[in-house]
Amino acid sequence: MPGIAFDTAHLLSGGLLLVSFMMIYQDRMFSLLRIFALHAVVLSLSVAWQAYIQGAPHLYVTAAIALIFKAIIIPSALRRIVVQLGIHREVETVVGIGVTMLAGIGLSALSIVLMLDVTQGADPYAREDLAFALSVVLLGLLMMVTRRNAVSQIVGFMSLENGMILAAAGAKGMPLVVEISVAFSVMVAFIVIGVFLFRIRERFDSVDVSVMDQHRGDQR
Amino acid sequence: MAFLSDPVHIILGLPLASAALLAVLPGYRLSSRINILACLITFLAAFALFFVERPAPGTYFLVDELNIVFIVLNTFVGFTAATFSASYIAHELEIGRLTPAYLRFYHAMYQVMMFGMNLALLSNNIGLMWVAVEIATLSTVLMVGIYRTHEALEAAWKYFILGSVGIALALFGTILVYLAAQPVLGEGQPAMIWTNLLLHANDIDPALLNLAFVFLLLGYGTKVGLAPLHAWLPDAHAEGPTPISAVLSGLLLNVALYAVLRFKMIMAANDMALDPGPLMITMGLVSLIFAALMLYRRRDIKRLFAYSSIEHMGIIVFAFGMGGPLANFAGLLHMVMHSLTKSAIFFSVGHVAQIKGTQKIAEIRGLTQSHPLLGWGLAAGVLAIAGLPPFGVFMSEFLVVTSTFSREPVLALLLVLGILLAFGALLLRLTGFIFGEPTGELKPSEASYVPLFAHMGLVLMAGIYLPGAMVAWFQAVARLLG
Repeated sequence: MPGIAFDTAHLLSGGLLLVSFMMIYQDRMFSLLRIFALHAVVLSLSVAWQAYIQGAPHLYVTAAIALIFKAIIIPSALRRIVVQLGIHREVETVVGIGVTMLAGIGLSALSIVLMLDVTQGADPYAREDLAFALSVVLLGLLMMVTRRNAVSQIVGFMSLENGMILAAAGAKGMPLVVEISVAFSVMVAFIVIGVFLFRIRERFDSVDVSVMDQHRGDQR
Repeated sequence: MAFLSDPVHIILGLPLASAALLAVLPGYRLSSRINILACLITFLAAFALFFVERPAPGTYFLVDELNIVFIVLNTFVGFTAATFSASYIAHELEIGRLTPAYLRFYHAMYQVMMFGMNLALLSNNIGLMWVAVEIATLSTVLMVGIYRTHEALEAAWKYFILGSVGIALALFGTILVYLAAQPVLGEGQPAMIWTNLLLHANDIDPALLNLAFVFLLLGYGTKVGLAPLHAWLPDAHAEGPTPISAVLSGLLLNVALYAVLRFKMIMAANDMALDPGPLMITMGLVSLIFAALMLYRRRDIKRLFAYSSIEHMGIIVFAFGMGGPLANFAGLLHMVMHSLTKSAIFFSVGHVAQIKGTQKIAEIRGLTQSHPLLGWGLAAGVLAIAGLPPFGVFMSEFLVVTSTFSREPVLALLLVLGILLAFGALLLRLTGFIFGEPTGELKPSEASYVPLFAHMGLVLMAGIYLPGAMVAWFQAVARLLG
């Protein structure tokens, strides 16, 4: 289905994947948060475009939530946490960035090949969207496992959620229940994380998860 | 009509209303009683589902043979765990591990969790089911971290991260199911309704459905505690309050399993789709053998039984993966028996850990001398969960093994190996707990024995005699599961 509508949708969801890759090689906490905000902006544009071409006004709400909540409120809240808790300004990685990038490329290739193969009969919009969405989800997972710091794990989790929303928006006519629940769950998830971070702050000197590993129950 | 759907309204509405009430009520005595009462009424309403005419499946809710079993079990263990919790938390408050403000939060969360689990079990909408499982998970995450020690926070964090990843994968699977169903069932709600999906399963694109099932199995499988996605489970069981350990093992794992079963039924109804059996059999066996080996080196009593839960969920998933009327019957029976026995074990372990002031296995000795009732109760629970007759777990394990032997002898050997390994580990520990010189605190306990012995009584009864009506019901469910 050629045409400007399809190309734009393709561009935006491809852009989201690109920004996911950009997040992987960030080594400063603040720039990671800035890139995450960009991720949310691209997501919001992509969802808004889907709303326009599908004629589904409720998707604009999802787009607005992504823009306001994820691109503005959450990054600034996380930034404040980083400043107030005196967290390391550098992102601590488990493996080198080069290896992570290679793994990410492999995962994206895998998910695109898999998705395009499986969804041959489906609507082309949904097909492209889904392939990119799965890549974004896998990159989010990759980021969660390759980062030591709790804040960057949260960012990884949020980018994973962004991939989910991209997939949900691409699925034409998916009921509103799900969109609201997705947005809602992100909010709840964030509250929980926030509570955790502050509780952790009360007891720990660091939110570095590898420090917490020392307190494993079985090693007592 | 309004009357017919009444039990469903109570099962969902009451926990929510009590959560709101408990969130504002001060005083733990009153709120623990309200908690028990709310759970009891919810259980009675669930039990009434057996007798009232079932409402037709709607856009959001469904009541059928399968979920009635789950709901009745869920609300029953919820009720007994609330009873246990009342005496447990009184002690925690005394020694200052919890403050009254936290208890208020704890009781409210308990009801929110019950609401989430009941909603997941009653939902006919795969989106709603996902939301409900997420609610149940988040509320348990908060309760696991409630002691706010290093270990509790780490356990809650781990549970939260792994749980979120699991739930995210499950959402992706749900979206894929919708995408696969949308060309057949049309846009919007119809393609999210489980009964519709089952009815038209054969017309749905099998390739997309296969992919969706893999995501759903991994996603909800994380919640079931299947290896290799089980890492959250031992920590969450060991570091949270013991009533929550009992509810996690006895109920939350079942709810996630229920979600997997619902999607398995859709897969089975599609002739072209992948057979979900081998996937589930593999995950089940791996979990069983892995957990059985892990049982040997545990030093923490709650961790020990957490691994035992992974082992038993492995057996159950294996049985459902085998499929067929007999294996499904066995799996269902085993699930019920495991829930009752494992929560009974946690009820006694909770009191034991409180009396001795430790969860270390090495420091718990000679229970039958110092606390005969508690010691023998724990012994009965461990013997039952290890699979010794005359308890119900023996019967259900026996059924799983025999039904497998007649179809896949090699798999049956692996299954028996896993069960025996776990049996050895548990008996090894048990002799330490109950015999020998009593250690630590010898003061008499103020435990509430009713929930413990009620559960063990039921398990014993099921091992000796299963009522005909129950057998017929389980057979109907087993046929439904295919």
